[in-house]
Amino acid sequence: MKTLGALLVVAIVLGVAFMPVLVTAQSSYSPVTDQRLVKPEPENWLLIRGNYQGWGYSPLDQINTGNVKKLVPVWSFSTGVDSGHQSPPIVNNGVMFVTTPYNQVIALDAKTGDLIWRYRRELPEDFKPLHNTNRGIALYGDKVYLASLDCFIVALDAKTGKVAWQKPVESYKTGYYMTLAPLIAKGKVMVGVSGGEFGVRGFVQAFDAETGAPAWKTFTVPGPGQPGHETWSGDTWQRGGASVWITGTYDPDLNLTYWGTGNASPWFGDQRPGDNLYTSSTVAIDPDTGALRNHFQYQWNESWDWDEPDAPIVLDYQTGGRSVKGLVHPARNGYLYLLERSKDKIGFVSATPYVKQNVFNAVDSSTGRPSYNPERIPKTGKRADFCPSLWGGKDWPNAAYNPKTGRLYMPTNDNHCGFMEGKVQKYEAGKWWTGVDIPDIGFTVDKSATYFGQVQAWDLGTTKRVWSHEFPKSMAWGGLLTTGGNLVFAGGTNDRYFRAFDANTGQVLWQTRTNSGITAPPVSFSVGGVQYVAVVSGWGVDPEFQQGLLSNLMGWQKDVPTGGVVWVYALSQ
Amino acid sequence: MLKAAFGIALCVPLLEVCPAHADDPKDSRPQVGDQLVAASGEKEGKVIKPGDLSVGGPQQLAFPMDPGARVVRDGSYFNQVALVRLDPAQLSEETRALAADGVVAYSAVCTHQGCAVSMWKADAQNLFCSCHASQFDPRDRGKVVDGPAPRRLPMLPLKVVGGVLVVAGAFTGRPGPTTPS
Repeated sequence: MKTLGALLVVAIVLGVAFMPVLVTAQSSYSPVTDQRLVKPEPENWLLIRGNYQGWGYSPLDQINTGNVKKLVPVWSFSTGVDSGHQSPPIVNNGVMFVTTPYNQVIALDAKTGDLIWRYRRELPEDFKPLHNTNRGIALYGDKVYLASLDCFIVALDAKTGKVAWQKPVESYKTGYYMTLAPLIAKGKVMVGVSGGEFGVRGFVQAFDAETGAPAWKTFTVPGPGQPGHETWSGDTWQRGGASVWITGTYDPDLNLTYWGTGNASPWFGDQRPGDNLYTSSTVAIDPDTGALRNHFQYQWNESWDWDEPDAPIVLDYQTGGRSVKGLVHPARNGYLYLLERSKDKIGFVSATPYVKQNVFNAVDSSTGRPSYNPERIPKTGKRADFCPSLWGGKDWPNAAYNPKTGRLYMPTNDNHCGFMEGKVQKYEAGKWWTGVDIPDIGFTVDKSATYFGQVQAWDLGTTKRVWSHEFPKSMAWGGLLTTGGNLVFAGGTNDRYFRAFDANTGQVLWQTRTNSGITAPPVSFSVGGVQYVAVVSGWGVDPEFQQGLLSNLMGWQKDVPTGGVVWVYALSQ
Repeated sequence: MLKAAFGIALCVPLLEVCPAHADDPKDSRPQVGDQLVAASGEKEGKVIKPGDLSVGGPQQLAFPMDPGARVVRDGSYFNQVALVRLDPAQLSEETRALAADGVVAYSAVCTHQGCAVSMWKADAQNLFCSCHASQFDPRDRGKVVDGPAPRRLPMLPLKVVGGVLVVAGAFTGRPGPTTPS
């Protein structure tokens, strides 16, 4: 690849970021096919979680428990962007694609760190980002796909970064925005929308990957005549929330995509009586037609801002002497759900608390439907205290599943609670509409607690926690990677460390300090027979806001440095 | 003097914060003599008098209005201001000089990323950004007291004419974030 020479020619920046920056034609690029996505090569990281099933697992084992101490940085790349970097580097045969807040896409030589091209999206002057982040791109054919903050799906030429086409998904002026990576299967690019704090009606929409032609659009709040509409009262469904801000997982065998949905809008359930399907749920959508085949709702008439956006992990597990084709979801509500997937339904198997939760009285053993302690339900004009706080036992940062250990690894947060009291807010398009203003959202911690953030390992066969690593002075905000080398990699803490744990014991085998706090999930890949681990460091958005509150409550250092840097590590020679 | 320096540059073309059509009065920045019209709430659309605001907050969002042509300058997001009425004794000397009857006016566009400064931190009586929790002290020239905002909110000088609030000068600085990204 010729890179630097050509790069310099066009690297005259005129002071204002106004167009995609392009650099050079790559001599070769390996097109991404359905076959490759269904069975990704171990050396590549083609999907945000490594596979369609959402495992966050790399089978590579060159870096392992025996030698991980020798990991050293081999290159780094400063994005030049502040705020919360949440993008996993995607790697296709030596080419890495990473995104930044405010929608830059950067293509890099995965081995050397050379810049190949950079796309900078010009966001509208009046775009006001609640979450300015982006969680990665999707690859298909010879294109790179971005879901933009201002609600476009943008297809870029993978070799040059030039825009091949872009299509509007919704109007950002009405509170919609997009932060997830697209999901691509069988020629369809699928995206979901954020905006649950602005009274949107959530949906997943698909486009033809080649042309951008809209294919289907499925609302996550059913309209009149659709099943589930009866779980809404009056017109509340029109602004019912159920945003979709994390990428779905996909089971190619069942040909079903699984998406997590967010909170209902506004936040207080008494303003929208009913179960409010499909808020705080997992929904199964046929990628060919958009048909919503089945669903599972974690909390009915949701009232705690407990989004469940993280798509369930598709995996099979043993329980009670039988093998289950399963879905696994560590929920924001603080329970770990084991579910059963089939063409016709999502069956409930078990729900086990993994942090302190005081809202559920019980979970029905056959349906999974919880009953609530009425004292723990915040309502309009009635304050209630509840644990965990609105950030939940686990927010969006991804759990990981290692098929060699049979364990699920989860970044979790314990010993924090919240309180809220609702009010009726007048709806105005594009404006905050939750029923409570941000300064009135209560957040408390158990000051006597010995830990807050954790990395927890669970045996799925027994549904028992087998180890946990506890952080006494930090929450855990980083998604996880687990590998064939019997390792678990995690950032997520306010001390800027990137760590490798022994997947069997939880022992920290290696750690290194980065420029900022890590809130992006790590990945692993290999080029020329050398295994690398990559992660983007760049603190911001919710972890930054929460850190400010914790600084006031606990005296923790408020100033976690910001600024994005891609870090790539390999074993020292 | 600090005040003199702040008084310049209403519009910086390269940074794209100029009104899109400066000749359209709806888009023009606030002009001396403009009245202020409530942008939301019970008094939406009405000209604001100091007595309409309760002492101690919260803020009332408003747009300037040319009183002659009765054109509300709501064509630009950067024209929105937050009005807060406070005990004049609580105001810093510099702030009091730009206030009228204890009412202060600040740009309601956060200097961090441009979100609306539409929320109110009641216990501290601070202006609060609706996206990333920056807090600004309305008693002290909009100084940043918490959160990621890099600089204070520009102030819009006020006076009272005929019982209503009126703009007495240009914004003391450029509304909105310093750089878009």
